[in-house]
Amino acid sequence: MRADCIVIQGSNMAECHPVGFQWVVEARARGAKVFHVDPRYTRTSALSDRYLNIRAGSDIVLLGALINHVLSNELDFREYVLAYTNAPMIVSEAYRDTEDLDGLFSGFDPETRAYDPSTWRYEGVAEEPAAGLRAEQLEAGQAHALAAGPDQYGAGGAAAHPHPTTDPTLRHPRCVYQVLKRHFARYTPEMVEELCGLSRADFAELADAIIANSGRERTTAWVYSVGWTQHTVGVQYIRTASILQLLLGNIGRPGGGIMALRGHASIQGSTDIPTLFNILPGYLPMPYSHADENLDAYLTRAGGDTGFWGRKRAYMVSLLKAWWGDAATEENGFRFDNLPLLTGDHGHYRTVMGMIEGTVKGYFVVGENPAVGSSGGRAQRFGLANLDWLVVRDLTQVETATFWKDGPELETGEMRTEDIGTEVFFLPAASHVEKEGTFTNTQRLLQWREKALDPPGDCRSDLWFYYHLGKLLKERASSDDRDRPLRELTWDYPEEGEHRDPSASAVLREIGGVGPDGRALSAYTELRPDGSTRCGCWIYCGVYADEVNQAARRRPGREQNLEALEWGWAWPANRRILYNRASADPAGRPWSERKAYLRWDEERGEWAGPDVPDFEKGKHPSYLPPDGAAAEDALSGTDPFIMQTDGKGWLFAPAGLADGPLPAHYEPLESPVRNSLYGTQSNPALRTYPRPESPYNPERSPRFPYVLTTYRLTEHHTAGGMSRPLAYLAELQPELFCEMSPALAAELGLENGDWATIVTSRTAIEARVLVTERVRPLRIQGRIVHQIGLPYHWGWGSGGLVTGDIVNDLLPIAVDPNVYIQESKATTCDVLPGRRPRGAELLRLVEEYRHG
Amino acid sequence: MFARWPVIRQLRGQDGRGQAARSARTDALRPRVEEADSVARSVCPYCAVGCGQLVYVKDGKVSQIEGDPDSPISRGRLCPKGSASKQLVTHAGRQTTVLYRRPYGMEWEPLDLGTAMEMIADRVMRTRRDTWQQEHEGKVVRRTMGIAGLGGATLDNEENYLMKKLYTALGAIQVENQARI
Ligand code: SF4
Repeated sequence: MRADCIVIQGSNMAECHPVGFQWVVEARARGAKVFHVDPRYTRTSALSDRYLNIRAGSDIVLLGALINHVLSNELDFREYVLAYTNAPMIVSEAYRDTEDLDGLFSGFDPETRAYDPSTWRYEGVAEEPAAGLRAEQLEAGQAHALAAGPDQYGAGGAAAHPHPTTDPTLRHPRCVYQVLKRHFARYTPEMVEELCGLSRADFAELADAIIANSGRERTTAWVYSVGWTQHTVGVQYIRTASILQLLLGNIGRPGGGIMALRGHASIQGSTDIPTLFNILPGYLPMPYSHADENLDAYLTRAGGDTGFWGRKRAYMVSLLKAWWGDAATEENGFRFDNLPLLTGDHGHYRTVMGMIEGTVKGYFVVGENPAVGSSGGRAQRFGLANLDWLVVRDLTQVETATFWKDGPELETGEMRTEDIGTEVFFLPAASHVEKEGTFTNTQRLLQWREKALDPPGDCRSDLWFYYHLGKLLKERASSDDRDRPLRELTWDYPEEGEHRDPSASAVLREIGGVGPDGRALSAYTELRPDGSTRCGCWIYCGVYADEVNQAARRRPGREQNLEALEWGWAWPANRRILYNRASADPAGRPWSERKAYLRWDEERGEWAGPDVPDFEKGKHPSYLPPDGAAAEDALSGTDPFIMQTDGKGWLFAPAGLADGPLPAHYEPLESPVRNSLYGTQSNPALRTYPRPESPYNPERSPRFPYVLTTYRLTEHHTAGGMSRPLAYLAELQPELFCEMSPALAAELGLENGDWATIVTSRTAIEARVLVTERVRPLRIQGRIVHQIGLPYHWGWGSGGLVTGDIVNDLLPIAVDPNVYIQESKATTCDVLPGRRPRGAELLRLVEEYRHG
Repeated sequence: MFARWPVIRQLRGQDGRGQAARSARTDALRPRVEEADSVARSVCPYCAVGCGQLVYVKDGKVSQIEGDPDSPISRGRLCPKGSASKQLVTHAGRQTTVLYRRPYGMEWEPLDLGTAMEMIADRVMRTRRDTWQQEHEGKVVRRTMGIAGLGGATLDNEENYLMKKLYTALGAIQVENQARI
């Protein structure tokens, strides 16, 4: 809204977040310049000032070149960079860059394909007495690399020494600024042209626009979506954007920032209060199986002791108290030993392999449809077919529930219903209007939904299901030590209504936390490490402040300022712009009146502005931490990044990432293009799960010459379970199609509306051809590279009024080493005219391609 | 009479979106929302923009879902998915009874919800017992690798919370969500 320039990259905001896009349209109407960078021309492009056509999987080259442009011309917002980032820190002499090692960073072990990050530290840090071993230092980084790295450090990021050696002149050859300069020097406009397919003129226009719209008076915002995350180097895409935005001084300021557009109603909430294997609520790491794992050792490994993350003992103890109540005491480590421990990757794809291998016996699938919605659908279905029991909860009979009677493997003869031993329970779910509760939207805003009516028949909320299942399990708990966590689990929620629904507001209140007097807490700063407070998710602490459901507040937007602080509740502490201390200069004055947001009010001795300060309200800009200060007291009045151990924005990440302290461009695992930046082709630390059910296309294989990318349509929702059964939506988008350029269509002899078969080494699917100029061939390394696009919403069931082949079946199971998200935005394929073969013929075709 | 037919008036050049679209029948039409027995303030269940919805109920059924003009996020707007969400709740393809497929079974069978819950609880306890790992490679782990869960990202925060809490108490660590995907 307040941005002067908006770059939408890796997102089709107009079609995938349509109502949110009204704010971009409005910003543009007020004069903001809007760029859309994407492999496809979409409605987002149509409503932008400029569309830049990029090859899927090459964004780091473009962003890296923008960084290089900023650094080599010293166009950074110097005051901001000096005061608020780690640009002046000196990096250890032991560090080796991709420049020295042809695309690798120091610490790489080719055998385990994992990094030991110990050389990425700041100078002088190793000489400090260690406060205890951090997770990343154990087992030469193995624990770190295996357990989905960065989340291990929780919200605070990995620990870095708060006061390393610095060079404020930024001249020292090993200061972060110079390290960056050297690292990105090879990311040139020529390289952008060669690898992204973007002309030098286009690059110059984008570069000039973001420079002109950054600094004291102006701000640029970046917007991304899964077009950035779903890559084997996805985390580093976002890192590259963060570096650029920090250099330009666009973080923590109105109209700046990096906006992640998340895909589902409460996908942000599902991360904050995770149903994810490697974290506990509030980004506290799940404990890892070390020889001596206990609460103290865990907290030592869980990140630094300075900044607000330094209060992690209070967060963790309050969580343990919320879960195990009176049974959790100081003497027994607050029942830390009730927690199960990790030993590596236990992510979604690894778990599917466990099903195929037979270690995973029982599976709950709740509002999810992996048989259609996850990469390598065949492996998913082979996994499901090898379970002892499966519980599916959904609104309709999704494909995951019915694979045993109508899945595609029956048609190919690979499975027979009578041979599948999986016992399946389908439990119908309540819809969003038949239950109450909160969603957390993409802006971290919690909004409470009132219940409109009771669900029909056997339909129940998932809250009902897990609450009553928990009661039944507790009844079955024995006196065995193994069952102690279950016996001691606090599970006493008031029941409401005919179906004895647990009270969702009571659960939210537990999440929000209560104090020693049993009253709801108002902020996470009230949490105590002594067991006197209980809080189910520290970042949500305060959502029930004053015994009021803050997420249910509904003061109309038109009666409020743009922040609308009285509509719902945003974590943390109802702040709307994170790190907003950076909107003022080090002395606490706005960088400019035009971009004023927070300012230090000397008279009242506090920070003031339209938003809740993301900073201690009364901390003076001149505050300097005394020696030995801990938590937030260790950060100065000019350290806006309060969750970081050093309060600085990290241009260079001395720890915390599994694949390097700086982003480097690597090609997707399956790419038709050679990496012309380094001898290292794809991310050396990426993870694969080789199985006969989900093999890989060889890199740069002439058998799979085209780039394939997948995407969503406005009218459908992910795997389609919530959209294919709806008449309006099914009618608007009835059929799977494959977008291709007129040039490729001509090459293949295809016309608009024809059938085409798309092949990878996983399988082949069919789709109608949509011949359109929206997809354009690119000139990459002097030759033409064609891209095709497929929306992935179809399947055979889910009560769908329309059916179609499963696009995700084509995709490889290859994941980013930091967060284990699969690469579904850039892979390779072949395209054949006509419909795909049926039955065993299909297997033969794919077999031919595999062995070429 | 004839001359007052909307189509004639429109052919005569009146704007078809305004007065000329009116007829006795349209004048008698009332918006469904006016007759509703109750209205709930809700949020669209599809994407993460989080548009406000007003859910109108009449005679125990959802009669309309509209954008909430008070929402500072959406200002009353809904996209095609949000606008179609009444169908999400009311469409005929919704499964409203429990279904059970026994191992190697050829078809679904009906099952009572309470029985299903007991059966699931039995299976959880059995699998947990059979696959319990107290130690792994000489180190304590206290877990089961036999039970896994995958949740969608339309789950409420309260639901995710109870799920994570219960799974963790069971020692089930392979708990995942669409958020990974
Ligand atoms: S109405 Fe459309 S844009 Fe708004 S939350 Fe729903 S799906 Fe997203």
